[in-house]
Amino acid sequence: MTFEEIKAKLKNYTVGIAGAGGLGSNCAVALARIGIGKIIISDFDVVSESNLNRQYFFNFQIGNKKVVALKENIRRIDPEINVEIHDIKLNESNIVSIYQKCDVIVEAFDLAEMKKMLIETCISNLPDIPIVIGLGMAGWGDSNSIKFRKSENIYICGDEKSEISDQNPPLAPRVGMVANMQANTVLEILLK
Amino acid sequence: MNITLNNRSEVLDQNNITISQLLEIKNYTFKMLVIKVNGELVKKDQYKSFIVKEGDDVNVLHLISGG
Repeated sequence: MTFEEIKAKLKNYTVGIAGAGGLGSNCAVALARIGIGKIIISDFDVVSESNLNRQYFFNFQIGNKKVVALKENIRRIDPEINVEIHDIKLNESNIVSIYQKCDVIVEAFDLAEMKKMLIETCISNLPDIPIVIGLGMAGWGDSNSIKFRKSENIYICGDEKSEISDQNPPLAPRVGMVANMQANTVLEILLK
Repeated sequence: MNITLNNRSEVLDQNNITISQLLEIKNYTFKMLVIKVNGELVKKDQYKSFIVKEGDDVNVLHLISGG
């Protein structure tokens, strides 16, 4: 397929992204660049200085709502992309109402309990929508451990072992690898 | 009994065990898990009562923080 053909196809799809941090912001930008029709993104947080080591925001955006800042950054890349934002903390009920019309959902939270909540909510309430999750990306190096596998309609990207800590922080290179792997997986699903 | 665990076939000495027993046998000590049996979600409050039987397809996903 040529890029024009790919873009024409992707224009018809909606991708939901849950979280606009390291995974969500980078995944959203990758999908925007290749012309996904619509992106629905939710996050309640504001941009802080500590986010800039991996998240797709800029210094002047510190203090701004992440979803507002991300929508603006995507607009600067491609003003044609329809970006629907929700400045909200996601839970079992609003996940269903916000993401039920999506063709694919990208899990892009940082905390394990939030990942669990999203995955369980999707399995129970949105069983037909594929979910692409990011699992294990802390630290640096060890590129070959970052992998992809599929478990029914859950698509897992990451090393599945490196948990974040003070001594093993999330950093742009590995977080970006997993975020882009998630975007690549979305493409694989949509272009099938 | 024979089951499929995370897409691999697994032979267990016991028949008809609970999810809690399966986690113990397999030494899965992690707290943050998503478990599916034959595609159906099994929540944490069912781990002690839900029975895994011959031929079941069990998927255990261990969640870790970072993103």
